[in-house]
Amino acid sequence: MTGGASAMATARRGGEFLLQVALTLLGLLAVTFFIGRVVPIDPVLAVVGDQAPRDVYEAVMRELGLDQPLYWQFWIYVQKMAVGDFGTSLVTNSPVLDDIARVFPATLELATIATIIGVVLGVPMGIAGAVWQDRWPDQLVRVVGLVGYSVPIFWLGIMGLLVFYGMLGWVAGPGRLGVFFEDIVPAITGVILIDAALAGEWEVFWNAVSHVVLPAAVLGYFSIAYIARMTRSFMLDQLSQEYVITARAKGVSEARIIWVHALRNISVQLITVIALSYARLLEGAVLTETVFAWPGLGRYLTTALLAADMNAVLGGTLVVGAVFVGLNLLSDALYKLMDPRAR
Amino acid sequence: MSNWQALLLSDTPASRRQATLGQFYRGWLQFKRNRLAVLGLVIVLGLIVVAAFAPWIATHDPYAQDLTRRLLPPGSQGHWFGTDEFGRDTFSRLVYGARITLMIVVLVAAIAAPIGLLVGTAAGYLGGWVDAVLMRVTDVFLAFPSLILALAFVAALGPGIENAIIAIALTSWPPYARIARAETITIRNSDYIAVARMQGARTARILWAYIMPLCVASLVVRVTLDMAGIILTAAGLGFLGLGAQPPMAEWGAMISAGRRYVLDQWWVATIPGIAIIVVSLAFNLLGDGLRDVLDPRKS
Repeated sequence: MTGGASAMATARRGGEFLLQVALTLLGLLAVTFFIGRVVPIDPVLAVVGDQAPRDVYEAVMRELGLDQPLYWQFWIYVQKMAVGDFGTSLVTNSPVLDDIARVFPATLELATIATIIGVVLGVPMGIAGAVWQDRWPDQLVRVVGLVGYSVPIFWLGIMGLLVFYGMLGWVAGPGRLGVFFEDIVPAITGVILIDAALAGEWEVFWNAVSHVVLPAAVLGYFSIAYIARMTRSFMLDQLSQEYVITARAKGVSEARIIWVHALRNISVQLITVIALSYARLLEGAVLTETVFAWPGLGRYLTTALLAADMNAVLGGTLVVGAVFVGLNLLSDALYKLMDPRAR
Repeated sequence: MSNWQALLLSDTPASRRQATLGQFYRGWLQFKRNRLAVLGLVIVLGLIVVAAFAPWIATHDPYAQDLTRRLLPPGSQGHWFGTDEFGRDTFSRLVYGARITLMIVVLVAAIAAPIGLLVGTAAGYLGGWVDAVLMRVTDVFLAFPSLILALAFVAALGPGIENAIIAIALTSWPPYARIARAETITIRNSDYIAVARMQGARTARILWAYIMPLCVASLVVRVTLDMAGIILTAAGLGFLGLGAQPPMAEWGAMISAGRRYVLDQWWVATIPGIAIIVVSLAFNLLGDGLRDVLDPRKS
């Protein structure tokens, strides 16, 4: 194939990829638009109240664009969303996008620490499960995975609070910081651990650590369960390959085979799994944040839900969906970048 | 080997019924060897029995309040698992909660599986733009984490157990559509389908009579494995106050109510959680066992 033709093929694939992303995002918008339409509340009445005269009602209806055909309303909705105009939250009375920007770092902090826990413990566990297949490390991985798929995450959080906060007193209770530590460090990144370290406020830092440990560990458990299971199956796949037999035959140590040869080969698949587990943590965060009164996106969503604050609900849902899609695309792109066979 | 076993395991069945029963029996023999799967089956059957005979098994009225006996510890005054903040018997509420849990999983499966089957087989068999459109829609639904999408649906429809069931069903059909499509693509060019087409069978008939039956096995496995997830999502919605409404004895809502007392009266929130774990564990074990029997390729 000539250089020009292959460049054109790459461009076409890139174009198809972009089209797919655009279609998926449009689909996300269509779903949230549809959900917004299902609401059995008359949006005009919500603005004018049920005592309003008929002409006021109709004026507001025109102003909200509700007299337009549905496809035109959708088009207006898409335009608004494209510039980040999610409307105003009824609860906080500020633009939904500002609210989300304010609460998102807390969720990011929690999910990142949970993912680190998941990788640090899950990968070695998965490898141990594969190396000692059907022996006790493997059974342990199996049990951890099975429990991870069967335990309600909010219940695990409550039990964690009961044992480690109520009975043992090892960690701080719900919330992100103790009352005495609030508003000491200026918000730079919104991630308290980083902000406190930047400001050199180590007392605040350690208080924040004792607050984040438990929710992150609870969330991290589910990450461990998933990552360990996937690592085990990738590793088993590699260990039955011929290059492993060759390496063994020429006397390479077992540790080197596992940690150097095989681990390098599964690293690409592992990154995909880690990106996916990060996305799944967003879901677990909704329930975990409710249990731990953690002021992140999950709690923002549930508060909005209970107040029937649809702008906030749909804005939050859209952001989570977009992050989910983004992480999936990122893992795809990393896969193609790192695995020469997928190029 | 007794007479009927020989009949069931015969390599030359004399009738269609004998062949079908024989197939089931072989599957059962294989399933039986997996002890954990059998345990899962026993627990699920137990759940069904408890749900069916709840009024006879419960020791108290699950909705009768008695404020003089609130938050009693397990084992006291004839309350095996203690009482909740209104003095209601936790054991009896768990027993009645089994009905709600069972109703949720059955209804979600009954709504979501046929939608997925229809979408998947139609997309796989018809191909072309039908396939492209249907799979694009499926991908969009898969792009949301299911709990978040269910939350948004419940927000729109209003809290309540019926709406929670609809919301969970609307978020759980996409994987079934994917599976059904994959199965359909592997069989759509088979000779027997071509024969049916030449005999003049309409598309709807081919889908219904020739393709869907072959997708059922892998779908059953997937639905069983999803049951635990459905239970957890429903419990999560109940916990957030968006699923079953008080005074309904739903396990997730029971945990939510007990949460306020957890530091002093740990049992109120702990016991319903254990019930959820036991049942979802059972569905997971059962699903794993079924997969080994019905779908050996993927184990």
